[in-house]
Amino acid sequence: MTGPVAQVRGLRLVYRRTIALDDVSLEIPAGCLAGIIGPDGAGKSSLLGLLAGARAIQAGGVHVLGADLSDSTARRRLYPRIAYMPQGLGRNLYATLSVAENIDFFARLFGQAAAERRVRIETLTRATGLNEFLSRPVDKLSGGMKQKLGLCCALVHDPDLLILDEPTTGVDPLSRRQFWSLVEAVRARRPGMSVVVATATFEEAERFDWVTALDGGRVLGSGSVEALRERTGTQSLESAFIGLLPERRRGRHAPVEIPPRPDDQASQVVIEADSLTRRFGDFTAVDAASFSIRRGEIFGFVGSNGCGKTTTMKMLTGLLPPSEGEARLFSHVLDPRDLQTRRQVGYMSQFFSLYDELTVRRNLRLHARLFGLSGPSASERICSLAARLGLTDSLDRLPAHLSLGHRQRLSLAAAMIHQPPVLILDEPTSGVDPVARDDFWRILVDLSRNDGVTIFISTHFMNEAERCDRIALMHAGEVLSTDTPAAIVDREGVDDLEAAFVATLERRVDSDQPDGGGGGSLSADQRGAEQSSTPARFDGRRMLSYAWRESLELMRDPLRLTMALLGSLILLFVMGYGISLDVDDLDFAVLDRDRTTTSRDYISDIAGSRYFIEQPSIASQSELEARMRSGELGLALEIPPGFARDLRRGAGVEIGAWIDGAMPQRAETIRGYVEGIHAHWLQRKAVESGQADAIMPPYALETRFRYNPNLESMVAMAPAVIPLLLMLIPAMLTALSVVREKELGSITNFHVTPTSRLEFLLGKQMPYVVLSMGSFLLLTIMTISVLDVPLTGSFITLSLAALVYLSAATAVGLVISAFMRSQIAAIFGTAILSIIPAVSFSGMLEPVSSLQGFGRVIGELYPTTHFLTIARGAFAKGLGMAELKDAFLPLLLAVPVLIGLAVVLLRKQAR
Amino acid sequence: MRLRNVLNLAVKELQILLRDPIMLGLIVYAFSISIHAAATAMPETLSKASISIVNEDRSPLSWRLVDAFNPPAFLPPALISTERMDARMDEGLTTFALAIPPGFQRDLIGGRDPALQLNVDATRMTQAFSGAGYIQAIIDQQVNQFLGRYGEERRSPASLELRALFNPQLDQSWFGGVTELTSRITMLAIILTGAALIREREHGTIQHLLVMPVTPLEIMTAKVLSMGVVVWLAAAVSLFSIVHGLIGVPLQGSVTLFLAGTGLHLFAATSMGVVLGTFARSMPQFALLILLVLLPLLMLSGAMTPRESMPAFIRWIMLAAPDTHFVMLSQAILFRGAGLTVVWPQFLALALIGAALFAISLAGFRRAVGALAR
Repeated sequence: MTGPVAQVRGLRLVYRRTIALDDVSLEIPAGCLAGIIGPDGAGKSSLLGLLAGARAIQAGGVHVLGADLSDSTARRRLYPRIAYMPQGLGRNLYATLSVAENIDFFARLFGQAAAERRVRIETLTRATGLNEFLSRPVDKLSGGMKQKLGLCCALVHDPDLLILDEPTTGVDPLSRRQFWSLVEAVRARRPGMSVVVATATFEEAERFDWVTALDGGRVLGSGSVEALRERTGTQSLESAFIGLLPERRRGRHAPVEIPPRPDDQASQVVIEADSLTRRFGDFTAVDAASFSIRRGEIFGFVGSNGCGKTTTMKMLTGLLPPSEGEARLFSHVLDPRDLQTRRQVGYMSQFFSLYDELTVRRNLRLHARLFGLSGPSASERICSLAARLGLTDSLDRLPAHLSLGHRQRLSLAAAMIHQPPVLILDEPTSGVDPVARDDFWRILVDLSRNDGVTIFISTHFMNEAERCDRIALMHAGEVLSTDTPAAIVDREGVDDLEAAFVATLERRVDSDQPDGGGGGSLSADQRGAEQSSTPARFDGRRMLSYAWRESLELMRDPLRLTMALLGSLILLFVMGYGISLDVDDLDFAVLDRDRTTTSRDYISDIAGSRYFIEQPSIASQSELEARMRSGELGLALEIPPGFARDLRRGAGVEIGAWIDGAMPQRAETIRGYVEGIHAHWLQRKAVESGQADAIMPPYALETRFRYNPNLESMVAMAPAVIPLLLMLIPAMLTALSVVREKELGSITNFHVTPTSRLEFLLGKQMPYVVLSMGSFLLLTIMTISVLDVPLTGSFITLSLAALVYLSAATAVGLVISAFMRSQIAAIFGTAILSIIPAVSFSGMLEPVSSLQGFGRVIGELYPTTHFLTIARGAFAKGLGMAELKDAFLPLLLAVPVLIGLAVVLLRKQAR
Repeated sequence: MRLRNVLNLAVKELQILLRDPIMLGLIVYAFSISIHAAATAMPETLSKASISIVNEDRSPLSWRLVDAFNPPAFLPPALISTERMDARMDEGLTTFALAIPPGFQRDLIGGRDPALQLNVDATRMTQAFSGAGYIQAIIDQQVNQFLGRYGEERRSPASLELRALFNPQLDQSWFGGVTELTSRITMLAIILTGAALIREREHGTIQHLLVMPVTPLEIMTAKVLSMGVVVWLAAAVSLFSIVHGLIGVPLQGSVTLFLAGTGLHLFAATSMGVVLGTFARSMPQFALLILLVLLPLLMLSGAMTPRESMPAFIRWIMLAAPDTHFVMLSQAILFRGAGLTVVWPQFLALALIGAALFAISLAGFRRAVGALAR
């Protein structure tokens, strides 16, 4: 292949106020291993994202494999020819899916048939040594294995351009070496393939065919590694890079000097691990680790990801009790319950773990106070520590505004606030660029040599391991050897520590070694046709592959599954009873000052109704008040003396009734009931005494309470709550499913594959429609059997309506997802946005016909209105398709309109 | 447990909360606008009910009846034919349908006791029952006026003198104000504490605390204390300024007693926030849990609807929820002016439930912390 694989001209990218790329122009040669090197924040990831088509171009031009990336048709044609692995261990993989399922998903996206997929999974996993772990979920893989799997997924469709963003950051040397030999093997098989890699590790870049150095969004220089070294007159790429930096960025860079330790044997043993063992279930994380560290020593810990380094360190800090063996600090056995030992150790964990919300000074002050330092002595300590670590200027800034290197210094300062004689540092320099790493090491050397602080540090960087006084090599929970770096290199008879490390480890794990027969071994003729044609705009298989994957993920997330199936059941139950307006079995008592058969008769009418239950009678006015005050009685009656006599005479008596007004709605209902019973009793009395005419009205009002003759809340509420729940939860689930991908990063797979927006959205929607139909059936069964609300109309009509309604409800979630970035926002945003129109404008409480203005318009359009009419019709009114067909039309129209809106709002590229 | 550590950690919690504009906004909104809006939005009486009338009489009296249904209680009546009546009710277009038969006026004057027919869509619970009473009263009045009986009140041999205690006008916003306040207290206590815990977990800061000389008990007490104090203060301010000041709820009982009860309830509710925070692995999971737990808690506590209308087993289960007791005590104190002699059982229940929840949350927190150390 001739000509460059990618051409970039005048590229500029700005995030809010930060300039990520500033007028970048490049020509990346084809058919070779091209590297983009530079420190954190240089703009490497932004550049690769643009090359892969994952990110939209703001200004400038990008041509990849001859295609202009600003043209969407050209992009669609290009996607099958490139593969992109974003930064972060396994960031575009699906954590709950297994190794095989992940590769299978990517293969499906490129339209491969089942047989072909099987062969490719087999070939790729055999080449990467992953075939033993086919059914292991991604979140149980080590960092190195995740990256190998990422490579498998990228190679599954035989791309012509492979784009890798910092594929080996945070990966141990052996896995790193295996990763690169895998890439070499693939390139050997398919020499036409171009590879573009970003890295912050310069040693790694020495092997590249061509590199470009980026800093602060600008290109410092490009060319072969030799050319760059020659241009700057340096020996290594790292110094070449520093040489290329402008004067002010170069700073006072000098190699780290380490003075020798005086008189090693005489000093005291500080840390001792004696057959330390830690098991988690049946997994042994650390297996009989033994070593000892002397005062003032810098002791390094090197080993592959997940080999037990962190667990060992945690046992030595007292965070974690060992399963077997002993950890001793200054000859005392460590006891995790003894808080005193914590004063002797400063610990820095692998990830930044201070409060982002507190300034540097407040973070340090909190640590000082918890260690019992306060007042002027604490302030003094903070000042001197800040001065020593170069943090004085940053004291009143928030950690988020500091560079990674400064954040690491802050963590160190927090670990040292109480002047511990021992520091345990877990990968403190991971992800930090070389200049900042050297600065950090200078501080460590000073602490060790001048203050006699014992330092126990773990690292993936071999040049850092070389600076340690002694190192321990760890693998699979075992300490393989402990010695000075020089002695280890000598013993293995190799050139440097990395080779020694790899040699030691390879003896333990020869089965993991790649066999050199890497991917891309499928015949090329299969892909000839596929490559030349533009992928179809809509492909059912891609849609189904998204649906298939979404279902798998959902099944492995118990909380979301519960929410989807049981959430609506729980809420129906709660709301059915919680919104109930019935007054049943209300306690009442009587202060009967008459005590005649007539007054007893009056009382028994009330006591006999199903609304009231009589309590022991009241003796006095003050008792009445006290019992009302305590909330015991909802209603108290006072029948005056001479009630029966006055009634006979027609003298007009007055019965007193006190209602507890604390709950006005209930009080209104009680008043209605009491008045009704009272009137009824009077009529009965009048008829009995032959005076009916005197009180009967001259006409009759025949009131028929239709559909719900007993006025039971449940009959009214349940069919109204079902549409509400079937809007809220399905919408929330689909909104979450899209936003989750945005938050976790797997949305990149949608950005860089030929998947169209419609395929993506429909694929994500399908499982939730199916699941929500299940939830609809459960709700219906529960309404009928548990809540005792009969379904009087057509079940078929109701189910059909539910299917259409759920398609609309899930589409509402898809529309909302376009505006949300985080899962929290999606949950609460959907709850608010979907519930308000459903509750206020859909006729749940007030009929839509009573609404005016804007609310009326929303009510007429919102799908809930129409499904509510159907649900009430089918449940309470005994209706079927013939009567309800008018409500179907707006529902049927809503589905395509909402999905269309979601498609328009979804972006195919990140911005 | 050393008090100094707890205080230092509690101060840290407050400093972090002060830096979080979203949470601060939520607190202010929840205790001011949200309470006011929810309390005053509850409909006072029947409003904008839709009524259809089949006027087959077309007499002066029947037109008089049609004209009697006016806003705000009713929308202007729709005049329809008998045939359309059922369809309109089936489609949910109207809640009430009144049929005036031919010859109604004639029969009434003739003393032949004519009958009117009123159909009520009883699936609209909020309007059906009270609306039917309203309609009856309106027709009564019109008919009596028409028959010239106006002024000459029919004497009933026994009248019923109804008085509503504690809220004589049955003002919905009084009830709404207190109900909303109590539910906001529970909601904020759970959300703030749970979110504070999960944020520490997600950022890995809790692990960092554990390498310092502090115990899980101290960390948890600090959270319960700091978030409890924040919600307590917000509730007190809101009680005076919004509930009493703006909505105008008279504070009948002892405010001190109510605030003491609030403090006890917050002990239980913040502990519950910790329990939920240890269950959830991430903020999104926590948010889902909140929806599934908070809603039942608030709706079944007896704050929205009376407890006696719930089935017995729900009443039993809900006795274990702190909300139930808190709602009881706040209604008793704030509406009925009850003193400690009346509400001591609720105080006792809250103290016991709080202690139990705190113990559970501490166990859960220790377990979560143990898992973190892996």
